[in-house]
Amino acid sequence: MRTLKLVPAETKIDFIRLHIASFIVSLFLVAASLGLFFTQGLNFGIDFKGGTLIEIGTNGPANIGDLRDVIGKLDLGEVQIQEFGSPDDVLIRVGEKVDATDNADNLSAVDKIRNALPQDVTFRRVEVVGPQISGELVQAGFLAVTVAIGLMLFYIWLRFEWQFSVGAVLALIHDIILTIGVFCLIQIEFNLSIIAAILTIVGYSMNDTVVVYDRVRENLRRFKKMPLSELANMSINSTLSRTVMTSVTTLLALFSLYILGGEVIRGFTMAMIWGVFVGTYSSIFIAAPVLMYLGVKRDWSEAAKD
Amino acid sequence: MLYFSKPKIFLILACLFAGIIFSVPNLYDDESVNDLPEFFPKNKLNLGLDLQGGSHLLLEVEVEAIVKERLENLLSDMRLNLREARIGYSQIGVKDDYATVVIRDASQLDEARRVLNELSTPIATNLFSGATAKELEVEDIGNGRFNIKLTEAALQNRVLKSVEQSIEIVRRRIDELGTTEPSIQRQGTSRILVQVPGLDDPERLKALLGQTAKMNFHLLDRNVSGYDAVGGARVPSGAKLVFSETSPAEPYVIRKRVMVSGERLVDASVGFDPQTGAPEVDFRFDSLGGRKFGEVTKANVGNPFAIVLDDKVISAPVIRSPILGGSGRITGNFSVETANDLAILLRAGALPAPLSILEERTVGPGLGADSVEAGTRASIIGFVAVMIFILISYALFGLFANIALILNMVLIVGVLSLLQATLTLPGIAGIVLTIGMAVDANVLIFERIREEIRNGKTALVAIDSGYSRALGTILDANITTLISAMILFYLGSGPVRGFAVTLGIGIITSVFTAFTVTRLMVALKYRGQNRVEKLTI
Repeated sequence: MRTLKLVPAETKIDFIRLHIASFIVSLFLVAASLGLFFTQGLNFGIDFKGGTLIEIGTNGPANIGDLRDVIGKLDLGEVQIQEFGSPDDVLIRVGEKVDATDNADNLSAVDKIRNALPQDVTFRRVEVVGPQISGELVQAGFLAVTVAIGLMLFYIWLRFEWQFSVGAVLALIHDIILTIGVFCLIQIEFNLSIIAAILTIVGYSMNDTVVVYDRVRENLRRFKKMPLSELANMSINSTLSRTVMTSVTTLLALFSLYILGGEVIRGFTMAMIWGVFVGTYSSIFIAAPVLMYLGVKRDWSEAAKD
Repeated sequence: MLYFSKPKIFLILACLFAGIIFSVPNLYDDESVNDLPEFFPKNKLNLGLDLQGGSHLLLEVEVEAIVKERLENLLSDMRLNLREARIGYSQIGVKDDYATVVIRDASQLDEARRVLNELSTPIATNLFSGATAKELEVEDIGNGRFNIKLTEAALQNRVLKSVEQSIEIVRRRIDELGTTEPSIQRQGTSRILVQVPGLDDPERLKALLGQTAKMNFHLLDRNVSGYDAVGGARVPSGAKLVFSETSPAEPYVIRKRVMVSGERLVDASVGFDPQTGAPEVDFRFDSLGGRKFGEVTKANVGNPFAIVLDDKVISAPVIRSPILGGSGRITGNFSVETANDLAILLRAGALPAPLSILEERTVGPGLGADSVEAGTRASIIGFVAVMIFILISYALFGLFANIALILNMVLIVGVLSLLQATLTLPGIAGIVLTIGMAVDANVLIFERIREEIRNGKTALVAIDSGYSRALGTILDANITTLISAMILFYLGSGPVRGFAVTLGIGIITSVFTAFTVTRLMVALKYRGQNRVEKLTI
């Protein structure tokens, strides 16, 4: 019986030779992401900006124009109205009023909209986040990502050598910046669940990097005289079919979620799909080549004993 | 790696069996789950508010209001005590977070300091050691002026008590709504997290929690009418101007002194006016309140009094005859629902301080059901796609991996049911992600076996070294993901936390099923065979 092999049994692709090109591409993408972040910025959801989000269901296709007229008359400040997944599902976002010092304003926004809309509209979801809470969520989100990177740095340093942990974390930061860049580019709402997605990307990207590094370490012990670039190439090649297989299975699961999992978590799954791609790319083209520049300990005989 | 002792095999099978037992209740609906045999666990997956619908409210006790109320009370004590000690004072009042007074006669400063210090009552800071702290800090800032402030310990003590009391009252109010399993928890120092699943009308919940519901009975001041006061007439010092809840609001001048406090109420319920049939609220005082109410009404027959709720006049009837039985009724502009809500508020008691709503997240039952359906469908299809892919990639070993994958799902459901962890929509995403990543361990092992075979090893040796060499990598790779999950759990809240839980549990169960369980299957398959010619992998 023949089995499916996405990657031939033995590949000899010279990944390391490509690293200059990939570094340039990565640097360009990182710069572009940062540029977008500072010019266009993220489309922060109410979790981080404060405000009100209402999802309504209408009887039959909604008339967005009419809704805009009705809600526009309420003088609620910045209001966004858009279709959400299906024609009879509408998302209404009301921004935090600049002069709102307490929460009463936002709550009454919900009441005002409820009174202005016809009776047959169902309120599927209402979320109100006050300015105090949104500030705390920004802090917690930032803290979570920073602590995660810090702990990864420490874990890899513990299990490998400091050069490995620098390489892994560079790859990690690269992935996070590119993810934020994509969110700036397509302006999908950036909310709490995206922070969760970013942390999962951190985990996934690390996972991938660790597999390659593990093989590098093993080969360092076996081939004490082999040039580092050749050794890195060999390690990447021999783990390549695993890398591709795992990416494919994870993507199969994620795409099924993206297509069938409903509108609410679409941004979340999109972030993760993107994360699988950049995470895989960065462990091959960033984490591994960085080792050559930092130089690694060649004599692992001490470590090999224990 | 391929040898398993009997106790070990037994232990592995016991784990799997336990997982199956704990996940079984989820196959039954709520009624028939109780028909399962006695020994079966009955706990099903605990769905989060985003899946079953419900309201999540984060409330904060307004600390400033607590401080202000204490300072206002302190002010009247200061007046009383200084007057009793015959100490002349001026410019008495409350500023920001302290009370202030100026003593007129410099020779009485020491006496005044003593009197003011006596106002401070010791507060218990530690119930076990009996340690106490001062409640008030009296500061002499010169020129005869004293500032009196609550100490940090006193403030904390007061906030703590208020939050505890508020939680109790919030619980009573929500219980009156008759919802199932509301969760009311304290968060941080002054916050209360309320989670009520499956509520039809979150607006009503908010209306019930948004009111302090301090109800008092006051006599009206007969010297100045409400309209005169609005027109600019001076309101006497012992009285104040308040308005009715009706629109247009009607003004009343009430005496500040409380005739009978709402704290004396023992019961309140909806009734109907025997003549007009309009809804009203019937109430009953405790014996002390009843006696007081009787005395005051007896002395004031023919005069109006006001029933004041949170500084708004609900009604201002005229006392026609003394009310001696300790019970009465409030008529006003009520509908059955507003009368019922007022009765609920009066029965549950007043909040010690107003609550402000910091965060609200409500998901309607329709959206929750849609999410469950979409999440389930996505999981099943993702699951099947991954299984097909694995089967055509690794043949017999793929079958082992797939069996492990199914067992992994069962274990995740079992552990979630056992721990009663909350399953949220991102949590379902976590499970789907785990499906994708669970096979990673198997992929690592199988690819390694293929490699070892290519390097000329015999089948059994290749299997053995495939498992042992992949173990380190599997552990490293999964521990990093576990670190992310743990951080998410500690720093996340609500749905995000649900994601962290399923991701974390999924990582642990998947290492067990993908590494140990498949290894057991392989071992049982090749047991007793000394030579295996060819592996299909």
